[in-house]
Amino acid sequence: MTPPRRQRRYPQQEPLPPAPGKRGEEKNPERLYVVAGADEDGSRAALDLVTLIVARAEPPPSATPEQAALLRLCTSPLSVAELSAYLNLPFSAVTVLITELLTAELVQARAPIVRQAVPDRSLLEAVMHGLQRL
Amino acid sequence: MDFKGSDTLPGPRTEDHLPHTAQAAVKIVIVGGFGVGKTTMVGSVSEIKPLTTEETMTQAGIGIDDNYGSESKTATTVAMDFGRISITDQLVLYLFGTPGQERFWFLWNGLFEGALGAVVLVDTRRLEVSFDVMGRLEERGVPFVVAVNSFPDAPRYPISELRAALDLPEEVPIVECDARRRASSRDVLMTLMRFLHSLAVMGSAR
Repeated sequence: MTPPRRQRRYPQQEPLPPAPGKRGEEKNPERLYVVAGADEDGSRAALDLVTLIVARAEPPPSATPEQAALLRLCTSPLSVAELSAYLNLPFSAVTVLITELLTAELVQARAPIVRQAVPDRSLLEAVMHGLQRL
Repeated sequence: MDFKGSDTLPGPRTEDHLPHTAQAAVKIVIVGGFGVGKTTMVGSVSEIKPLTTEETMTQAGIGIDDNYGSESKTATTVAMDFGRISITDQLVLYLFGTPGQERFWFLWNGLFEGALGAVVLVDTRRLEVSFDVMGRLEERGVPFVVAVNSFPDAPRYPISELRAALDLPEEVPIVECDARRRASSRDVLMTLMRFLHSLAVMGSAR
């Protein structure tokens, strides 16, 4: 087999997120926050693509159409990614909506299990067991 | 904005609802070049019809798809397909198929940081398109396995030659697969999980 050949790389000492100041130079894309509302202090809940969202209440009369639609979708748990898909809204826009609903205590967020430096073996075994049944 | 209102919105089919007991989710990322079969693999193992989440960029995506027409190069929306596998009543696994370009990864919070691991899907006709993504995963310390999607007209190489060309250490699994087949895609995921498990065993023995 003739090249192309690759050269292995190694974990970097510095943790990953790019320095905010470099954004312009590196042309990392910016998110657009399409659905406005709340979020006055600029803080958003730390929502992952696979954070599970569950409605805690019926949509109140004060809910916006977007909020009401989201609440109706997650009467049973749904990930942020699925909500983004079903609502046909960008991920960042959905996280803004969910943050509003979290603040209003209309939804509950169930955090994902993320990779640890030393992974949880019982978690990995559970996933393997589940895959075997496929 | 073009929000259509709730009446016309599709939602999950009744059989696609997760149980209320679903407490937490984990994710695995399937990454590779355009047309390498990421969405095919997601679709072949997912219990739901693959869905698409989008993110919007303020700038045109220049050179996103090297082998596609110019219309995609002015797109400001980036899409990512994903699927789902219920592991237990409490635990759900999500699979995301994402392009190899790192600039996309920032669009979705923690796409790789929180993932259990990744599958790098490669096509032996265009091996080099996966080089950069492997390097970036190595730099970020994201464990991954390599799955060679066996396209009928793609050249076949012994795994040892692929390992040399990809400069991968012995312990990183390289497997062949047919992303269209559920059993084959499932085996790739099992290979990743066994690899992660071996890392966990090594890590806790240290």
